[in-house]
Amino acid sequence: MSMVFALIGNQNCGKTTLFNQLTGSNQHVGNFPGVTVEKKEGVIKQAKSATVVDLPGIYSLSPYTSEEIVTRDFLLNTHPDAILNIVDATNIERNLYLTLQLIELNIPMVLALNMMDEVVQSGNSIDIEKLSEGLGIPVVPISASKGEGIGELVDMIMKVGEQKTTPKRVDFCSDEVHRAIHAVAHLVEDHAQAIGMPVRFAATKLMEGDEPTIQALKLNQNEIETLGHITTEMETALGTDREAALADMRYTFIEKLCATCVHKHAETREQQRSVKMDAILTHKYLAIPIFLVIMAVVFWLTFGLIGAALSDWLSMGIDWVTAATDAFLTNVGVSAPIHSLIIDGVFAGVGSVLSFLPTIVVLFFFLSLLEDSGYMARVAFVMDKLLRKIGLSGRSFVPMLIGFGCSVPAIMSTRTLASERDRKMTILLTPFMSCSAKLPIYAVFTAAFFQENQALVMISLYVLGMVVAILCGLLFKHTLFRGNPVPFVMELPAYRLPSGKTIVLHMWEKAKDFIRKAFTVIFVATIVIWVLQSFDFTFNMVENSADSMLAAIGSWIAPIFAPLGFGDWRASTALLTGLSAKEAVVSTFAILMGVSGPSELAPLLSNLFTPLTAFSFLCFTLLYMPCVAAFAAIKREMGSLWQALGAMAFQTGVAWVVAFGVYHIGMLFV
Amino acid sequence: MTLDKVKTGHGGVIVQIGGQGMLRRRLLDMGLTPKTRVMVRKVAPMGDPIELYLRGYELTIRAEEAANIEILPDEENKNEQHVGE
Repeated sequence: MSMVFALIGNQNCGKTTLFNQLTGSNQHVGNFPGVTVEKKEGVIKQAKSATVVDLPGIYSLSPYTSEEIVTRDFLLNTHPDAILNIVDATNIERNLYLTLQLIELNIPMVLALNMMDEVVQSGNSIDIEKLSEGLGIPVVPISASKGEGIGELVDMIMKVGEQKTTPKRVDFCSDEVHRAIHAVAHLVEDHAQAIGMPVRFAATKLMEGDEPTIQALKLNQNEIETLGHITTEMETALGTDREAALADMRYTFIEKLCATCVHKHAETREQQRSVKMDAILTHKYLAIPIFLVIMAVVFWLTFGLIGAALSDWLSMGIDWVTAATDAFLTNVGVSAPIHSLIIDGVFAGVGSVLSFLPTIVVLFFFLSLLEDSGYMARVAFVMDKLLRKIGLSGRSFVPMLIGFGCSVPAIMSTRTLASERDRKMTILLTPFMSCSAKLPIYAVFTAAFFQENQALVMISLYVLGMVVAILCGLLFKHTLFRGNPVPFVMELPAYRLPSGKTIVLHMWEKAKDFIRKAFTVIFVATIVIWVLQSFDFTFNMVENSADSMLAAIGSWIAPIFAPLGFGDWRASTALLTGLSAKEAVVSTFAILMGVSGPSELAPLLSNLFTPLTAFSFLCFTLLYMPCVAAFAAIKREMGSLWQALGAMAFQTGVAWVVAFGVYHIGMLFV
Repeated sequence: MTLDKVKTGHGGVIVQIGGQGMLRRRLLDMGLTPKTRVMVRKVAPMGDPIELYLRGYELTIRAEEAANIEILPDEENKNEQHVGE
């Protein structure tokens, strides 16, 4: 039977890098049942009969965040064959705190001591044998980013898993805590065994006053009282409370252990370098300008230089394939409706969307570069005070930033936020960050109407989105989301060059997502639109798309947009199809105007819009409800269809009001 | 003295951690336990949050949370600039 290993470690300890080293591109991404925490698993390349599950990065098995709860439940209920605990050797004290809690579970376990190359390089050393002896589990030194020690690690975890070698010791305490834990262990042994919970784990969690454990064990009144008595006695003897006592017990053990086996003369080169880099990157006056410059460069490279060139090549390729297919279909003599479906529906729709794939891949390249290098944590540090003004924490900044790439991963990344309140508020505001799928719309419209100030108009849209988000944040803070923001306790990891493999895998994942979206949601949407615009209500093919079903639906809702300056049925129809995916706005205009691509579309748009109404249209497009994929993500993260629908209504309402304002104020000047 | 009053570049030894619930547990889990040495390394450009150095790593907390941490300040002054007041 194949074995299952649980990969666990702190945040920023190289867990994802190790997971990628172990599994390569052979990964399956899903969700833990019932919650919205991502679950990745993959088959270990070096040992085909074993699966590794990547658990969320956590610091403790406390019962607060959904990540911690998921990890606990997975370990207690799924019974993995072994735990693979990854530890950052350059930050060993704090990392071992989780290790000690994991050992209490009495599951076979191997410790992967990561970043040993950095430790050795800086002239420090760690006595692996002594560390292993002190913890009672095998320790394998590795460098996940360089791929060193991975083979040895796999051999060791396979051996430990096969032989079911449980940790040699679970006892790390002394004196008062020791007495108390043993008394509690004795007290609850039967209960713990009855539900298959490791006794030692149950005892320490009860001592910490851990609610889920108290409930799971089904203690009777008598036992609860005895438990209270034991804890009070310990608290009195130590002169401290139970939680501090247990944390102190673990850290005291770690300090003693490290004193014998960790020889540290200096901070590592990476840590010293980080201090120097932070002197500039989090500097009192320079931090924010530098951040703005970095983001500007990222966006310029993505949308101006690399992404645009790649997109051009790709669309040239698509045009060539379209022309070849067109010629082929004509030669074979395929019937007119089918010919139209393939060329005008499928190729025009999916093709125009696909040409934006490079932009998205390039953007995610930079975003993961910033995230994995440790810079995003500095951004949260620098921006925290600003975001707190609208009732959020610096951590919400990262999802919002990703929102500029795509709302879907941005909304998914809100899972790292500890409180539901922050999460929901961030989810509501993130779609106001102009996602990259809206870029094709801006590109076509600015090319048509604002050739002179193309960049300025685009920037103004991005800024408008942010301003609207801030205003809505302030509104929420005083209405829907009153109350305290969550505590902001965050590690600033040392700056590191991210591994190329991790970035490539990340980009590949995003590209796959986007292509899948293009060939499913967008594919279906383009066919539906093609049917609606090629046929009338009697399902006869129409000569002119103005007689089609789509034109009728567009005309019905067009009056809603008349006060915003764009009452034409083609504009309202494009907005409707934009719900399938924002890129579809462009392809719909292309189909409705009877042209094959964005480049031919631009000159024709002046028949529908003036520069002012075009800008009003762009503002509406920027702010109105996101695409179906984002809607699905919002529904999942909010955990309620009604709340998700409410969010859509809210965003569309805001869009209408803003576009109305822009149009009418603009009229005063034009 | 509470940690939010400590100047950049200065530090001390933790006496006790106040507060309650999730926040307090998080601080303890991150290694802010009594008798631990801690130093204020930096203050964010807008004056809050602050960056601590303890147990060989850097941790960011807000001033209002730092106010829950009681420390015994070091006697000697380090030769670093006083910024971020």
